[in-house]
Formats: sequence, C-alpha cells, structure tokens
Amino acid sequence: MATKPELISSENPKGMTPVVKTVVRFAMGIVFMFGWYIIIYGHLTPGGGFAGGTILACGYVLLTLAFGKEVALAKMSDRAASIIDNSCAFLFVAVPLVGMAFGYFFLNFPPHGKPFDLVSAGVIPLYNILIGLKVTSSLFAIFLALSIFGRFVSKLVEEAEEEE
Amino acid sequence: MTMQTTYPLFTALPLAAAFFNLLVTKINKKAADYIAFLAAGTLAVLAVLTVFEQPFAYRVGGFPAPWGILLVSDGLSSLMLVIVNVIAFLSIIYSIKYMTTYTAKPKYYSLFLLMLTGMNGVVITGDLFNIYVFLEIASIASYALVGFGCEHEELEASFKYLILGSVASTVILFGIAFLYSMTGTLNMPDLARQIEILGINKAVAFVIAMFIMGFGLKASTVPFHAWLPDAHPSAPAPISAMLSGVLIKAIGVYAIARIMFNVIGPNEAVSSILMFLGALSMVVGVFLAVGQSDFKRMLAYHSISQMGYVTLGLGLGLNPNVPPAIAAMGLFGGIYHMVNHAVFKSLLFLCSGSFEYRTGTRNRYEMGGLIRKMPVTSVTCSIASLSISGVPPFNGFWSKLIIIVALIQASYYVYGAIAVLVAFMTLLSFIKLQRFVLFGQLPARFANIKEAPFGMTFPLVVLAVLCIGLGLAYPFIDQSVLQAARDALLDKLSYMGYILGG
Amino acid sequence: MILYFLTLVLFVMGVYCLIAKKNIIKKIIGLTITDYAINLFIIIIGYRAKGIAPIMFKNMTIQELAEYGVDPLPQALVLTSIVIGLGVLSLMTSICLRLYEKYKTFDMSEINRLKG
Repeated sequence: MATKPELISSENPKGMTPVVKTVVRFAMGIVFMFGWYIIIYGHLTPGGGFAGGTILACGYVLLTLAFGKEVALAKMSDRAASIIDNSCAFLFVAVPLVGMAFGYFFLNFPPHGKPFDLVSAGVIPLYNILIGLKVTSSLFAIFLALSIFGRFVSKLVEEAEEEE
Repeated sequence: MTMQTTYPLFTALPLAAAFFNLLVTKINKKAADYIAFLAAGTLAVLAVLTVFEQPFAYRVGGFPAPWGILLVSDGLSSLMLVIVNVIAFLSIIYSIKYMTTYTAKPKYYSLFLLMLTGMNGVVITGDLFNIYVFLEIASIASYALVGFGCEHEELEASFKYLILGSVASTVILFGIAFLYSMTGTLNMPDLARQIEILGINKAVAFVIAMFIMGFGLKASTVPFHAWLPDAHPSAPAPISAMLSGVLIKAIGVYAIARIMFNVIGPNEAVSSILMFLGALSMVVGVFLAVGQSDFKRMLAYHSISQMGYVTLGLGLGLNPNVPPAIAAMGLFGGIYHMVNHAVFKSLLFLCSGSFEYRTGTRNRYEMGGLIRKMPVTSVTCSIASLSISGVPPFNGFWSKLIIIVALIQASYYVYGAIAVLVAFMTLLSFIKLQRFVLFGQLPARFANIKEAPFGMTFPLVVLAVLCIGLGLAYPFIDQSVLQAARDALLDKLSYMGYILGG
Repeated sequence: MILYFLTLVLFVMGVYCLIAKKNIIKKIIGLTITDYAINLFIIIIGYRAKGIAPIMFKNMTIQELAEYGVDPLPQALVLTSIVIGLGVLSLMTSICLRLYEKYKTFDMSEINRLKG
C-alpha cells in the first residue's frame, strides 16, 4: 500500500491545491480508522458493513479528488477492486452454505461468546467485514467506472479543449 | 439427504456461481461457459427432483416461523421451479454458441445467473419482503441484460424498462410497507392469518390496488404494458426467451397469484379486475401484433396477449361466486397455459435468434423460403407457431380450450367469445409469419446460408418435443403435477399452516 | 398523521418530476425522490414517541428495550431498500452516460427510435 512520496507531495501539479492536499493527508487516516471501527464494531453499536464500507469508499473517492487518480489507483486499482468485490460476494454466499452443513442455511454455527465482547455473535462480525470490503470495493469501482474510465468524460474534455 | 435440506440451493447456487464466474474468468475466459452450464444444469436436475417432494416449509437460519424467513415448497412453487430452471438451462446451452457474436461473455453469464437467482428466490420464498428483494435482483439483472448490446435502440429500451420497472418496484414496496403497518408481520402464512381476522377493509383494498399495479406492470398486463414490446426484442435472443418465457411469469403472474390466492383469499372484486385486465391484454396485444414487421417485436406483443389468457384463468379461479369446480377448472387452464406459454414462447424467441444469427435481419418481410436452407429451425418454428395459435394436437390448444370451456360454464359468454376471437387472430398472425419467413421466395442474398450450429438447434428440438409431448399426451397422462399446483393455490388453509412447519 | 401526509406529498413531487420533465437526469432525480419518500414512510411506521434506538447496551434489561425501543424491522427494511436503490441509481446513471454517448442529448423526446 506504500505510495511514492512525490505523488503525495504538494508540489505535484496533479489534483487540487496544496491546502486541500495537506488537509486530506491529515483527514485520511481518521476517515479510514472510523470506517473500520464502524465495520468491526457493527454487531455491538449502530452501523455495520454497509455504513462502514460507504465511509471507506468515500475515503478513496476523497483521495482521488484531492491527489488525482494515480494515487488512488496505486492504493486500489480497478482490477483489485473487482477481485475483492467478487471474492467477498462469493464468500458471503459460501459462509451460509457452511452453515447448511450444520443444519440450516444461514445458521449462526460458531460459538456465540459473551454478549458485548468484541469477538462474539458468531458469524455476524465476519459477515460485517465481508460486506464492508465488498461495499468499499464496489462503490469505488462504480465511481471509477462512471468518472475516470467513462469514455464520455474524456470526450467531453476533448470537446472542451477543441472549443478553446 | 433430501430436497428438504438443500432447498435454499436454488438461490445460493446461482448467486455463488455468478460471482465465482467473474473471479475465474479473470484468469481464463473459457471457464465461463462451463460454470454457467454446470450451475444451470444442477439447478434443472434439482428442480425436477422437487416435484416429487411433499409440501414443506424451510426455516432459514433455524429461526422459528413468524420471526425468521420461511421458504415454502408446494405444488405451485415446484412447478414454477421446473419451468424456470429447465428453460434457463436450455437458454444457457443456446447462449454458448449464440453469444459469441457479443463481447464480454463472462459478464453476460453472471447477469444471467443473477436473474436466475432472483426468479428462483421469488418462487421459493414465503416472506413478503423477500419477494421484493429477489424481484429487484431479477429486475436489475434484466435491465442490464436488455441493454447488453449497447446500441441506440437497446439502451433506449433498457432505460424505458428501467424507469417503469423502478416505479413498479416502488409501488410494490409501498404496498408491503402499508401491509406491515397494519399487521406487524411480513411472513406470508402469518399475513394470511392476520388478514383473515382483519377482513378486506379499505386499507387492504388499497394494498391490493398497489399490488395489482406493481406486479401487473412486471407481468405487463395491458394498461402497464408499454415497456415490453421495446424491452423484449432488444435483448439478445436467449434473454428474450428468458424474459418472455419465464421472467414475466415468475416475478409478475406467480407473485400476484400467490398473494391474491394464498394471502388475501378469493374475492369477487379482485377477480373481476383481473379478468377485465386479462381480456384487455388479450385483445390489445393481438391487434397490435398483427401489423408488426419486426419478428421479435411481434412475438413480444403476442406475449402480452397470451399472458392475458393466464390472467383471465387466474381471475376466474379467484371468483368465490362461481361453482368451485368451474373456478378450479379455470385456474387449472390458466396454470397449464402458463407452462405451455413458457415452452412455446421461449422456443419462438430462440428460433428468431437462429434466423437472425444466419440472416442478420429481424424484419420478417426481408426473409423468405428459409425452410429449404434451415430445416430444423424452420420446422421447430412452425411447431411453436401452431402451438401458440391453438391448433388441435399441440399443447396450446388444450389450455385455451379448458379456459374457454370454463368461461362458458361460468356464464362469462363475452370473455369466452373474446378468447375464441383472439385465438383466431393469433392463428392469422402466425400464418402470415410462416408465409413470409418459412415459405415463399428465397432472397438471392440468402442463397449461401447454412443451418444453425448444433449447440443452437439442440435446445430448439428439446422444446419442440415438449410442445408436441405436452399436447399429444395431455388427454392420457396423469395431470397430478398441474393439479398439485392448482390445489396449492386454492388451499389457503394449508398455506397458513406452513407457519407451524419447518 | 401529518407526517404520513408529508411523505405522500414528497412521493407525488417525485412522480410529477418523473412524468413532467423531459431531461433524463431529472427523471432519475424524480425516481430517487419517490424512493426516498417510501423509505421515509417505512421509517415513520416504526416510530414511537420518546423511543430509543433498538440496540442493547450494557446494564439494560430486555424489558426496558421492549418498552422504549422503536420497531427495528422497518429500519432493516429501509437499509435493504436503500442498498437496492443505490444499485438501481448507479445502473441508471451508467445507462444515461451510454445514452448520451449514442444520442448526444439528455432530452427524452429526442430519444425516440423505438415506435409502434
């Protein structure tokens, strides 16, 4: 996940102004930490996989907006997003099928643990993490597909340049 | 190890296969064909096995009934599962060859399997909100599949379908929310019990109106039909076969029948509305179909018209004032016609795909004399045409006959006359089709075309044999499968009993 | 009661936007508004005066939760419905982009190749 320092530096002409870049560099860590907190504590507090995943995806979108697409794609490329998306969805169907071996589809088969512990509630934290990863990658992939890889946008830019 | 423990596989297997497919094809693009073939084949076998099971309820996650999600298997749902999965399997076989003309085949198969997930889910579930979720899965996959070619017409049709379909889903969700606010439950057997206590008050009547509009739009009965003639022809041929043959039944007619019969119960007002909509669909669909020059567009209009027969039969079965034997007969005719329509309409759409694959056109006035060049496709096409127009030995004849006889016996003479008239108009329209496509002068530019490859003719032959088999054998075979489906709908009490089972 | 009425107003506004506007982006906005009107309606079903979030905390009994907690089921339904709405919205937007690519317009009355 290491990114080249010259890409992030405020002298790099791509992306927004140095003010935005500096603020985003501070905010990024907090955004990601908050997103993961929401996902991991999903079975104890309000939130869960979808909410946390949306926050993480917004973090990636923020990166793209502030630093340009190179930085964001170095963190998660479109291919990686697609692979994470599909494998998490596949695992999300596979885990209930394991439960089926124990008797019922979607059975919460592992030991439930003590209430209000971080590791408790059986498979529910696992579902939350899978959903969180899937939502992160798929929302980011949608964002990429609609904005950066859309031929439409590049055409608009070309047309605008021609008019100038 | 029976079907009772593996029942959720009908949604889990295609869903898992859809995502697994996208993962594997990152490495090897060829694998997509095999994964889709295996998944659909397994499902078809499982569906046929379900027919031999006694009715049962399955508790997802092991939660007891009114709180957990219930999956219900009875005569109707197993019949629907057989239709959906067998036709999906044949369409997948057809796609292996046909879809080579398109790019992005793995994505096509994944969307196909997602659509299958949605349809199977609607059929097996016993929970009202689950119906909404699976209906949306099937619908979203079908919106994307309609626009799969990404050309002008396809995108336009897809967008129209998307807007109207989303309105329908919104309306259905509104109805579900309203029902929940009244009864405090979403479990369908439990809802049936609650509505029995409440009676049909104004709020329930409002919900019924919402459901008739929403599911009617998905089933494209006439005032809500505008999207179908655009959407169905624009999709690739195997998808047209799935949409017209199965999708409008699984997420439209099946859902409406399940809710009206098993949850709300027989009701005269609903019955007369459904019968009116059915008769209107029959007439409007067939009159608009006659003038069409596009092969697939004509078939799409015939879908509207033929689904009118099914709705008419269901409406007759829902009427508590006609004698029970006649109502049951009308319902039986409706269900039988639904099965027949799935067979012959998917066959016709696959045939149109074969003709388009070789000739490159869908305009029926530009074709001609194809029976000399493409004998297998042409013969199966004419069998399907005779079936849909209700010529005696084929399957369409018997189901139409049963519906018409039931209508006459229940003294609905006007509807009976309309049904006969529409059958003749359908025959006229398909004779015209045969005259222009199969017989007549072969245009010079088609002198060198060949029969479609084996992978594409094999599903056609299977479906044609089904057309003849369901028709010829009808008076002799034991009709227990269809009767089980009919009894499942008529028996509201035992449906309410599923809340205890599982 | 007035809350239910307001969601109805929101719904009707969305439907008006869907029917009356020719621009397909505006149609999408209208559809989204109807979707959210329904979501709001479902949330209001579960409302109770002075309710609390239906989540157990430490040193809280089941009876307290049952007495003060709002109905959790509508919230689960709304979450599902929002996710579905997100899927439909992204599909609609991408079809819109493709349509613009082909037709060079967002005006629905000029996108009219299919007739009959």
